[in-house]
Amino acid sequence: MKYDDFNDNEYIEKLVAELKDAGTNVIVGKFDELINWGRSNSLWPLCFGTSCCAIEFMSLGAARYDMARFGFEVARNSPRQADYIMVQGTIVHRMAPVLRRLYEQLAEPKYVIACGGCAVSGGPFKNSYCVLPGVDKILPVDVYIPGCPPRPEAMFYGLMQLQRKIKVEKFFGGANRQEKTKEFFAEHPEMENQI
Amino acid sequence: MTNIQDKIGKICPSAQFEEGDILLVIVPDTDWHSLALALRDDADLHFDYLSALIGMDWKDSMGCIYYLNNTATQEMISVKVITTDRENPMLHSVSDIWKVAIFQEREVFDMYGIKFINHPDMRRMFLRNDWVGYPLRKDYDANPELNPIRLTDEENEDDTFSIVEDEKGNIKEVKSKVFGDEEYIVNIGPQHPSTHGVMRFRTSVDGETVKKVDVVSGYIHRGIEKMCESMSYPQTLMFPDRMDYMSAHQNRHCLCMCIEKALGIEVPRRAQVIRVMMDELMRISSHLLSYGCTTMDMGATTAFFYGFREREKVLDIFDKTCGARMSLHYNVIGGVCADLHPDFAKDVKELCKILPSRLKEYHKLYTGNVIAQNRMKKVGVLSHEDAVNYAITGPSGRASGFSCDCRKKHPYSIYNELDFEEVIDNEAHGDSFTRYLLRLKEIEQSVKILEQLVDNIPEGEICAKVPKLIKLPAGHWYQQVEASRGTFGVYIESIGEKTPFRMHFQSPCFNLVGVMDLCCRNHMIADLITIGATLDFVIPDIDR
Amino acid sequence: MFDFGIVTNWIDSWLESVMPQWAATTIECVLVGVALLLVYALLALFYILYERKLCAWFQCRLGPNRVGPWGLLQVFADMFKILIKELIAIKGTDKFLFALAPYLVIIASMLVFVNLPWGNGLQLADLNIGVFFMIAASSIGVLGILLAGWASNSKYTLIGAMRSGAQMISYELSIGLSILTIVLLSGTMSVSEIVALQANGGWFLFRGHIPAVIAFVIYLIAATAETNRGPFDLPEAEHELTAGYHTEYSGIHFGFFYLAEYLNLFIVSGIASLLFLGGWQPFNIAGLDMFNEVMNYIPSIVWFLLKAFFISFVIIWFKWSFPRVRIDQMLALEWKYLMPIGLFNLVLMALVVVLGWHF
Repeated sequence: MKYDDFNDNEYIEKLVAELKDAGTNVIVGKFDELINWGRSNSLWPLCFGTSCCAIEFMSLGAARYDMARFGFEVARNSPRQADYIMVQGTIVHRMAPVLRRLYEQLAEPKYVIACGGCAVSGGPFKNSYCVLPGVDKILPVDVYIPGCPPRPEAMFYGLMQLQRKIKVEKFFGGANRQEKTKEFFAEHPEMENQI
Repeated sequence: MTNIQDKIGKICPSAQFEEGDILLVIVPDTDWHSLALALRDDADLHFDYLSALIGMDWKDSMGCIYYLNNTATQEMISVKVITTDRENPMLHSVSDIWKVAIFQEREVFDMYGIKFINHPDMRRMFLRNDWVGYPLRKDYDANPELNPIRLTDEENEDDTFSIVEDEKGNIKEVKSKVFGDEEYIVNIGPQHPSTHGVMRFRTSVDGETVKKVDVVSGYIHRGIEKMCESMSYPQTLMFPDRMDYMSAHQNRHCLCMCIEKALGIEVPRRAQVIRVMMDELMRISSHLLSYGCTTMDMGATTAFFYGFREREKVLDIFDKTCGARMSLHYNVIGGVCADLHPDFAKDVKELCKILPSRLKEYHKLYTGNVIAQNRMKKVGVLSHEDAVNYAITGPSGRASGFSCDCRKKHPYSIYNELDFEEVIDNEAHGDSFTRYLLRLKEIEQSVKILEQLVDNIPEGEICAKVPKLIKLPAGHWYQQVEASRGTFGVYIESIGEKTPFRMHFQSPCFNLVGVMDLCCRNHMIADLITIGATLDFVIPDIDR
Repeated sequence: MFDFGIVTNWIDSWLESVMPQWAATTIECVLVGVALLLVYALLALFYILYERKLCAWFQCRLGPNRVGPWGLLQVFADMFKILIKELIAIKGTDKFLFALAPYLVIIASMLVFVNLPWGNGLQLADLNIGVFFMIAASSIGVLGILLAGWASNSKYTLIGAMRSGAQMISYELSIGLSILTIVLLSGTMSVSEIVALQANGGWFLFRGHIPAVIAFVIYLIAATAETNRGPFDLPEAEHELTAGYHTEYSGIHFGFFYLAEYLNLFIVSGIASLLFLGGWQPFNIAGLDMFNEVMNYIPSIVWFLLKAFFISFVIIWFKWSFPRVRIDQMLALEWKYLMPIGLFNLVLMALVVVLGWHF
């Protein structure tokens, strides 16, 4: 896809501007590029689906959409070996600690995609007594993919957005990924007390 | 009907009767257990199949409604049992008579707090064990501070209790253990690739042999039934699509029919034909997915891709007419919401043409494989008796020889005019292989139905005239359809308002997961996966 | 055939002419080590891409094609990522054993490289018990897997490790027996001699009559099991045990298991081509001189790799067509069928050799 075809270009540009302001060494910058190239092109998902979106994710892997083209097909079942968790489906109160634990078990660098209305905001079940109104209440989310369920094309779009986001990250000298978690807890103090 | 009424009157003089399209028997709790036993064992009554168990809260009293089915004559009755004690409600359990009630009663306990006397295992079913309150009660306090989002793990529930009544009628609570201390318990799920979602099986193993499976459910319990109570009828239509998303059309068809029955709406012929065709397309897509997942769970990843290849063709048809690949929202009260796409007939014909040859390919690729046969044959055998007792319907039930196809037994829509066979294994093998094969055979029958209808779609309206504001009269209705995985039922109770007083979805998968323990015992861990895959449950349908 | 020995000898003599012998030997060792590591890494990366592309084709898909031309750079991206992934330290594990396990697995597969006949004169060490050394060294790998399963302090990994132990020990018998059959035929355990005996198109698969064919089939089945690949991928069994014995490993530790799996695939294919398909010997047909000329023109190392890739292709084909067997079925296959047949086959081969029925 061409650069202009993406939405949210301002967001990426903002990230790049921030990085430029911080300034980096040329060699370190090149290393960063290499590492980010590796990371962004080798996103291994954790198989995690709770409802309908998971079936669409299976379609994503199947022959017509074939996520293997991008190198996403190495779906790992063990969170230790996966790179990102794509939350597909509703997260309810009973599942919330499990999801949180899965997130903790992922090895850094780790990313979260909230896929589908339920994961983004609770979707059609928002008013229920035991549904989490969006996974961003318990996890720092990198990309949101709306839809109920999102079409496989939308999922690709979301994944490509994640790739773009990773490409402007900094490995050396920049913000540590673990600070992301700290920031998240600063915003949600009630969650930290529970862990 | 009068015959049944007389008989029940003789067995239980205290019973009251209420006529309706299904006879309603109201019995006091003290006589219920003995009546239930008679209902099942009496040669004439022979109500051996409990098709629905619905917890109820009528504000002044609470209770349960049971829908019973005679598998020989297909007669149905319903039974209502009430308790007025709101503080410590108790009813007698029928889980020893119909095993399906073991899980169903746990659900009622979870949602209403009704304890069942003599039930072996009274734990919560869907909610966390530290949950405060019983959500489906009318006086439930939904204050989020009572039940905040907890990120602490809940304790493994090894302790359970049951309320036991001795011969003198004294009631006491007995504590017991689910697993002994020396058992080696492997936790399969909730995050596991082969549980098809977030299901958790706590499995006690001896080496590789499974000794006991404890089903822990509720990791996707979304409280659909509670939400329905605050929504208008057209709004509730979105939920069945999201429960068993692989039977979206059938489930929604069921809810629409139930509301239409209550309103007395006649659905136009064209809409009925379209609905039936969509149902069968959905069934094909569901069984193809099931084929793919079964093969993948057993390690043959390539077969999965073949199943999905044809499924995409079905989804294309949906995409053109309904505008979505999943969560289709196509049926509405009175008919369907959009007319067929011009390509519909052509696409369906093409699908019908390629499917038989593709099915042959599947058999070549997988069914005939020696390893596949060894993995599935005689694994997870479910006898005919158990299938009826545990109310296992759909392809899994029919593999055990339980003739339970709603399209034949309680014909709805235009199914009685169609020429198709109920695919059933007459020798009642009931093993994984039969279940697997039966699904592929059902695809052939669905193709047969589609072929009959595709050239005979009548012209006319696609939706009947429906009042703007839909208010159901006071009363209650129950409707069943044959979804992809078994008999799906909807129960609506209305008190004449624009929102339902109670809406219950009787999902087939909930019963399917109830036999996991029975089927898996003394098999290997690998067999547990096979059995789970061939029973083919969809988790959001279990938890609702 | 071009003899790579000329090159190596030339380097050796040149080094010795400019420095004392001990220094030359040290430098040679370092050079060999670096070359080995490089080949090791490149082969593993090639194999990962090879399998991903192959399985995509089996499944009517395209496979990786976005990163680099035809997706060639996909595996490099994966490698960069996995190198800098976090290594998670897990509570309750045996730290030392936990860290040791992946290295054991990788060392086991690397040791076998020493003996593989890469090409004419391209062999690191020509032991007179070369074949024996190979099976001995490759069976160290199971130790690493058992350790990984035990040290991870997880039930899944433990079950995976137990399965792996049972599987490897059983199937090593069959591998041993089928290799023994060929050793009987060739009368030597030295790798270079075995290769030399198969010159001029006299591959043992053709020369050994029926017993060699039986041994080849048994070897293929047992080798699939040895490398933990489908339909014998029980130790990993991703749909039963999430990721089997390496469930708890992350980052490069997991990368080692991942690489070793593919390297073992190469190794068993390499041994098969050595024993049955003539090692680096080109495909010759007696009498067709022109044809043989053309075949001989292709470098020996290419022959060896092609044969190995072909056998790997067959093993990958198994994996993507068959469902996984169950543990009891797997053991029954070995102890009830493969091993008795293998023993019988050995006797048959002895008869063939004694009576001189082979070509």
